[in-house]
Amino acid sequence: MTGIPHDLRDTEVDRDTVERRLAETWRTRRGFWGAIATVDHKIIGRRYIVTAFVFLLLGGVLGLLMRWQLATPEGRALGPDLYNQVFTMHGANMMFLFAVPVMEAMAVYLVPLMVGTRNIAFPRLNAFSYWIYLAGGLLLWVAFALDMGPDIGWFGYVPLSGPQYAPGKRADIWAQMITFTEIAALAVAVEIVVTVFKQRAPGMTLDRIPLFVWAMLVTSFIVMLAMPAIMVGSTSLILDRLVGTHFFNPAEGGDVLLWQHLFWFFGHPEVYIIFLPATGMISSMLPAFVRRPVFGYLALVLSMVTIGILSFGLWVHHMFTTGLPRLGESFFTASSMAIAVPAGVQIFCWIATLWDGRPVFRTPFLFILAFFFTFVLGGMTGVMVASVPLDTQVHDTYFVVAHFHYVLIGGAVFPLLGAVYYWYPKIVGRMMSERLGRWVAGLIFVGFNLAFFPMHILGLQGMPRRVYTYQADLPWGPLNMFVSLSSLMLAAGFLLFFIDAVRSARSGPPAGDNPWDSPSLEWATTSPPPPYNFARIPVVTGPSPLWENRDELPVASGLRLDRREIVITSVADAVPEARESSPRDSLWPFWAALTTSVLLIGSIFSPWAVVWGSIPVAIALIGWFWPKGTPEDEA
Amino acid sequence: MRERVCADLSGLPLHGKGTASPTFWGTLVFMLLEGSGFALMIAVYLYLRSLAPAWPFGAPPPDLWPGILVTVLLLASLVPNYCVKRWAGHEDLRKVRIGLVIMSVLGIAPLIVRGFEFAALNVSWDSNAYGSVIWMLLALHTTHLITDVGDTLVLCALMFTRHGPNRRRFGDVEDNAMYWVFVVLTWLPIYVCLYGPSWL
Repeated sequence: MTGIPHDLRDTEVDRDTVERRLAETWRTRRGFWGAIATVDHKIIGRRYIVTAFVFLLLGGVLGLLMRWQLATPEGRALGPDLYNQVFTMHGANMMFLFAVPVMEAMAVYLVPLMVGTRNIAFPRLNAFSYWIYLAGGLLLWVAFALDMGPDIGWFGYVPLSGPQYAPGKRADIWAQMITFTEIAALAVAVEIVVTVFKQRAPGMTLDRIPLFVWAMLVTSFIVMLAMPAIMVGSTSLILDRLVGTHFFNPAEGGDVLLWQHLFWFFGHPEVYIIFLPATGMISSMLPAFVRRPVFGYLALVLSMVTIGILSFGLWVHHMFTTGLPRLGESFFTASSMAIAVPAGVQIFCWIATLWDGRPVFRTPFLFILAFFFTFVLGGMTGVMVASVPLDTQVHDTYFVVAHFHYVLIGGAVFPLLGAVYYWYPKIVGRMMSERLGRWVAGLIFVGFNLAFFPMHILGLQGMPRRVYTYQADLPWGPLNMFVSLSSLMLAAGFLLFFIDAVRSARSGPPAGDNPWDSPSLEWATTSPPPPYNFARIPVVTGPSPLWENRDELPVASGLRLDRREIVITSVADAVPEARESSPRDSLWPFWAALTTSVLLIGSIFSPWAVVWGSIPVAIALIGWFWPKGTPEDEA
Repeated sequence: MRERVCADLSGLPLHGKGTASPTFWGTLVFMLLEGSGFALMIAVYLYLRSLAPAWPFGAPPPDLWPGILVTVLLLASLVPNYCVKRWAGHEDLRKVRIGLVIMSVLGIAPLIVRGFEFAALNVSWDSNAYGSVIWMLLALHTTHLITDVGDTLVLCALMFTRHGPNRRRFGDVEDNAMYWVFVVLTWLPIYVCLYGPSWL
């Protein structure tokens, strides 16, 4: 409890007192337990981002190990069993522990600031989400360290992952890691939707929402509709393996293709779960570097929504070689090509923005340019593999490996790195190095293209994916050596990026509130923002709030200082409806995550873990929701 | 940047009701994502059924009575559930307390019958894929039933403490009632899958 008088308003005291009182009400307590109990979206977002980048680093090392093994024919760096674990870990880690979480992590940090509120909706769920994510990551990596890492490919196809061909616990580790990361992702999706619907600053109507926020809103809906598919799938797989159900056993009426349908009904939208936030980042960063608002706001929003809807109609193009009916294949070819249309609309909107702008070539902008080139190439090969005959030829070859790395690294990681350079000053309060940043952008862009472009050719030459080695008489040796050497250049770029990020946190030049002169609300507060984000809630009067009036920011007053108070606004017009409270710090989400982790990991070994494990989970949840009589409970 | 105060929000309520409450939207969003889980599980059911030579296969059809009883109990519970929601809207503490006690009983009753329903399926989860998928459907719904009954029991206990007479709690009761409707409605398509005539 704070010593602030009951019902003290920000209108009754001077500005310094407002800030002091708010800091007291919203601050995270010092010490170990304070850090565990925090529900500040900025602290949790920061943790989430750092953890995701640690997983990127680990996954990158696995990638290098594979390149070491494949550099020469008959390589002996990794044996076949370890190689199987390494490529599975690489894929599973990058998709489930890096790509999706890092995008949600950026949203956890940025969305509340961009919509002008003081914390994310359901902040305790947010804390819970991070702990569950961390537990899932630890489960996967500890298992790998114990030689129990999954070895079934990142998509865990049955029957290879079923009870007959995957004895031991490796496949279960994979399936349960999915459960952890999906719970974490679903929790963040719920928070984002409610934050965007109900916590936008007064006046932030639908057509004034920053495009990154729109992207995260659409992404969150995709998460909620797609991720249950993989949870249904992975749960059925665990049940097949643990208690003898027959979902995927053809001998007893099950079906192996059912797995592929479930997996790709999630797996294809997953690509857009990673890609849409990246396009949102581009749209939100671009205005600062071309000095004008983005061209075609409405077209961009509608493109994102269209991509979100179409993303559910493409999954079968991952299954073209499984012998599905011809009509079905034609439908999915058409829909796969159709999604290139809204993606193209976005590209043209950005080109129009550039065309009419005055470009400022800073590091984030360099990454945006790298994105254009690389992503368009990846998109083109995407249209190629949407065609059944071509797909049949290159299926499961390095052509596909090249294609999806172009889309995922070019389409998502380049914008993400740009976004880190762009928002780092807001998060840390210091600038990253512009000189190093240019080197990073150059090394990563050139290194990536040199490492991955030749894989298209290797694929066309027939080199299959997931082989741990190849014979010397096959014509793949020189290109593989070239790819492996180029991957060192790519790795050097990433190494430099990590060095820059760590070094700038200590010695980078101070950033100030708005170093890029950007138009959106997160730049209206200090860098890094105070625990309460905004001393007074901003009032939005246009799509580029900080460019509407460069001298002063319209704000609202009348909020209480003795309780954590946020403003609830209407969904469409953002008209203020209530001064709602936001929960205080609590250890319960941590205990709930811990007990849930015990239940989930226990259930790999015995179904009874679900029964007995649910008791401590229930206790933790009751502790979580039981009112504590704080001012936040007043209504 | 200099600030200019242009709006005074001090007159706003401390907690929004209905669509002004984040919890309402949170419940709605959870219903959406759990609903997609139900829909996918039903899709799995229909997929496996479309592949099977006969349905149900490898087992006699389930006995109908426990399923009918659960359905009747769940549908009947919608009436007091609606009353509780209304009373919570009027912030009538005495009636809400009575209503929640009734809803607790009406939540536990179908759970007990549900135990017999599993036995009445006449097939085990590890007999064949038919057994696996109908056990899974029933278990998925039972999980939701248990969760919401647990929630109702805790909420009921809470309303008898000093935390009860609070607008926030009444909102929780309304959201809980909304979620119960979801639990009942999601049962109906599952009921048809499990017990519907074979020509369906």
